[in-house]
Amino acid sequence: MAVRWGRRPINCPGYRHIDDPADREYIAGVWGIPVEELPWEGAAATEMVHLMAEGEIKSCRIACSNLMVSLPDNAVVARALDNLDPLVVVDFFVSETAERADVVLPGTVWCEDEGTTTNLEGRAIKINQASDPPGEARRDWEIVAELARRLGRGQYFQYRNVHEIFDEMRLATKGGVADYYGITWEKIDAQEGVFWPCPTLDHPGTPRLFAEWFAHPNGKARMFATPYRPPVEEPGGEFPFRLTTGRVVYHYLSGTQTRRLGFLNAQAPEPWVEIHPQAAERLGIQNDEVVRVRTARGQMELKALVVPTIRPDTRFIPFHYGHRHAVKQLTNPVVDPTVKIPEYKACAATVEKLDAEVQPGPGPTVNFTPETAPQMFPYTVGETKAGPRDAKAY
Amino acid sequence: MAVKTLFVDPSRCIGCRSCEAACRECDSHKGESMVMVDFVDRGMSVATQPTVCMHCQDPVAPCAQVCPVMAILISPDGVVQMAEPSRCIGCRNYVYACPFGVPKFDVQARLMKKCNLCYDRTAQDLKPWCAQDCPTQALWYGDDEEFMHQREGHPVNVTAFGEQTVRTRVYFVMPEETAQVDISALLDQIHAEAAGGEEGAQPRREEAWIL
Repeated sequence: MAVRWGRRPINCPGYRHIDDPADREYIAGVWGIPVEELPWEGAAATEMVHLMAEGEIKSCRIACSNLMVSLPDNAVVARALDNLDPLVVVDFFVSETAERADVVLPGTVWCEDEGTTTNLEGRAIKINQASDPPGEARRDWEIVAELARRLGRGQYFQYRNVHEIFDEMRLATKGGVADYYGITWEKIDAQEGVFWPCPTLDHPGTPRLFAEWFAHPNGKARMFATPYRPPVEEPGGEFPFRLTTGRVVYHYLSGTQTRRLGFLNAQAPEPWVEIHPQAAERLGIQNDEVVRVRTARGQMELKALVVPTIRPDTRFIPFHYGHRHAVKQLTNPVVDPTVKIPEYKACAATVEKLDAEVQPGPGPTVNFTPETAPQMFPYTVGETKAGPRDAKAY
Repeated sequence: MAVKTLFVDPSRCIGCRSCEAACRECDSHKGESMVMVDFVDRGMSVATQPTVCMHCQDPVAPCAQVCPVMAILISPDGVVQMAEPSRCIGCRNYVYACPFGVPKFDVQARLMKKCNLCYDRTAQDLKPWCAQDCPTQALWYGDDEEFMHQREGHPVNVTAFGEQTVRTRVYFVMPEETAQVDISALLDQIHAEAAGGEEGAQPRREEAWIL
């Protein structure tokens, strides 16, 4: 939903491109603002951290995002967040990120508000309110509208309810690739969800995308063979193992919710490092022993789980945890040059017993620097905008 | 109408504990799960096994047979119920009697607790919570005919413990046609394999291929 409604640094609602003059004109018209006031393409979330650390971004409002657990190399993230004045965090629990905020605004969870969401199959569905927000908590859209009012821009946020916001979004996506204009709450109820695009009020929605043609000018799909590109950092020198991170079935993303739920948290209250028995034997590490895991960024102490269900050269640590249990103390902040996603899944690390002396040695093998990293796709992100925009076919 | 029952397929269990989470939501034992998910041997594999009450039919409910106060009752459809709180004296005989290690003793309530196949739900033709929630159909509820149509594998409801066999209302799903699940034979086989190895009692080991 977020992407189709323009919450990406390159997008306006409906997959419109924020740098495209015609798209800018249309969106400014819908929102009733001078077109010059629309920003141009911005930085990706992973790039914003560095802009914050450098002072380029001076303040930030973060809603329901736990950067201290979700972004790699969280020492840099902490520095970036502390550099902001003010940092405002809207969240329904005090996450590791909210702890660093100058102002925390209590938000709401999904069942305390109504609205729509689009699920993975592209079906817009309605979510109904089940209970009222507790205490001083307010709905996210109310917080945004109230902030706008106090900052003197209240005239652009004159919403009385979520339905009015949805109607504005329908208008804003009208004519775009992800056209929601024909999706109304009534139709969602009647059809048990509506698939986008749905350009007119009598359109039933599009359960199967690209059934006739793709959203490119010639109607054909674009295929790209991408050569294998190794991770930026590979085992070597002082750091002979590959560290990967991942999920535990009991926790959801940064664990802001699930680490507060008794039953789920009891299943996996703290992270561990998985080590193959052969590697453990060589390192003299017992199952359940607390060990130190170190990378070029930092180190952490956690329990070893000695199991043969992992490669002997690889270590695994689940990522849902915060503070001294955050594996993001260790992971590599390099991002993919095209899509800006960090290399969460591979970095060079070492595992040692707690009483082992740290012997500074040569660093890990580094395959690329930001300057020498090859592009993943043979085009830049901006180039793709020529495609979908011209294709009004479907 | 054919009798509906649970089919337990350990090969499909991914150890997510959704069944436990669902079971503990029931008001009759809030916060406590009557189904247990265990790693078979985490030191060797990620295999997990859900354990529910098998509702023994022949011999009928050993737990009920050893109950000195007839607190554990069996419904006409063969479902072995949880101990009746007004009768249960907390003697714990059933702990020793159950061949599958299912019933628990609630120390604080001084009460025997076990799975009753969600009798309130199944009596109304709803699935038990565990089968309702299981994302992989490791716990599946239905009758024989539905099983034949919808599922793969071979249901077995006879478990052998040495000389003694137990026929249960709940089925295990086995990969191959087999008359009974013979646990001690399988254990013997594993021990024989282990003893045949070079390192004596050491379990099988994979080849060193990286370090």
